[in-house]
Formats: sequence, structure tokens, C-alpha cells
Amino acid sequence: MTEFTFWVIITLTIISAGTVVLSNQLIYSAMALLSTLFGVAGIYVFLWADFIAGVQVLVYIGGILILIIFGIMLTNRISSVRLSQTNVQQGVGGAVAIWLCILMSLVISKTPWFQADASEPVGTVAEVGTLLLTKYLLPFEAISLLLLGALIGAAVLSRKEN
Amino acid sequence: MNDLNTYLLVAAILFSFGVFGVMTRRNGIAVLMGVELILNAANINFVAFSRFGGMNFDGHIFALLVIVLAAAEAAVALAIIINIYNNMNTINIDEASSMKE
Repeated sequence: MTEFTFWVIITLTIISAGTVVLSNQLIYSAMALLSTLFGVAGIYVFLWADFIAGVQVLVYIGGILILIIFGIMLTNRISSVRLSQTNVQQGVGGAVAIWLCILMSLVISKTPWFQADASEPVGTVAEVGTLLLTKYLLPFEAISLLLLGALIGAAVLSRKEN
Repeated sequence: MNDLNTYLLVAAILFSFGVFGVMTRRNGIAVLMGVELILNAANINFVAFSRFGGMNFDGHIFALLVIVLAAAEAAVALAIIINIYNNMNTINIDEASSMKE
């Protein structure tokens, strides 16, 4: 049953990721991005990263996806002529993407990866919190400053000039 | 399910889709969605390596930092896109190539 769920989540993630980049309508892309992000959260659960999965749902789906949908609503004119969503580089882009995918798959399957045995942790929140406030305190503070700067910058940029 | 290669392959496929989206989309917001796919692929790799490297939590921290960076990047990118739309009345990034009006 777990195995079945795992493969369903993998298939869902890959199919909706394809829809995100191939769909002709922007709002369909956004909806496909929703199920991709949910699928990635499911993959995190299978990787025993429950806290990251929760953050993924909160920040990506609750924050970034809403921002993106707001962006679509604010910049799409309903009356406008429907333009093609893709540019002329589709052939080159597809070739490069397929080449990248084949190359990475070859590297991944040919490399003898080191895999250590591990037992499933009871919960990851305590460990992640301890690491954030001890070993990674400086990056944690730096990234909070960066987030503050980025949000103020975004507010200043999108404000109407007077 | 208990094999590192599966996760790495899924991440590689997501990354390739993201690169394809970034290269071929002409709408700025769709390009942003491609970037989100790429960041998610990187995050899957971080968490997968941390799980199969003996449940080391350092990978989780990196995944968290990447998620925060993605949030900051999305906010700034959407502000820029809305500015381009207000100034040029289009968000086709092929047309928005001039640095100054």
C-alpha cells in the first residue's frame, strides 16, 4: 500500500510538472503547480522530512502560489487577444531539456552512491530547530535579513510613484 | 521507495521541465513557475541525500533556506513583473528588452 501511494505521488508530481510548462493557459499552469508542490511535499514525507513537508505546504502553496495567482490576475487582460504562451525557441529548448534529463539520468544511474543505514526519527522538528539555533545561527540570521530586505524592496517596487 | 536513485531521477525530471519552461515561456510569470520547479528539484535532492546519508539534518536546513530564498525571489520577481506591465502594458519578456523608456 505504501509502495502504491509512493508511485501515485511520483506520477502525479511528474505529470503535473509537465502540465506546468506545457499548458497553453496560464491559470491551468498555476493549478498544475499546486499539485506539483503537493506531490513534492508527499515526497518529503517519504524521505522522513515531516517538518520540511509542512513548510512546503505553508510557504509554497500558501504563500508563493497565491502570489503567483495574484500576479496572473493582475496582469491578464480578459479582453485581450490570446497570445501564444511559448516563444520560437521551443525546439531548441526541448532538445536541451531532454539532453539534460538523459545526461543526469546516466550520471545518477552510473554513480555508486554512498548510502548509510538510518532508522526513522520520531520527529524532525526538534533536531532542525536545534541546528538552526546552534550550528546554523549565522545563516539563519542572514536569511531573515535577506527576507526582510526582499519584502521591503518588493513593496517599494510595486508602489505607485507619486 | 527505499532507493536513492528514484528520488534523484524524479528531481532530474523536475529540473529538466523547469529548464524547458524557463527557456520557452514568453510570459514572465510562467518563467517564474519554471524557476520554482528548478528550486523544488534542488530541494528534493537535498532532503534525499540527507535521508540516505544516515539521516543527517544538515540537508533539511539547506532545504529550509532554499524555500525562504524562493519566497523572497517570488515577491521581488512579481513586483518587477507588475512594474513592467504598468510601464509597457505587456508581460511578454521577449518584448521587454529595453533598459529605459
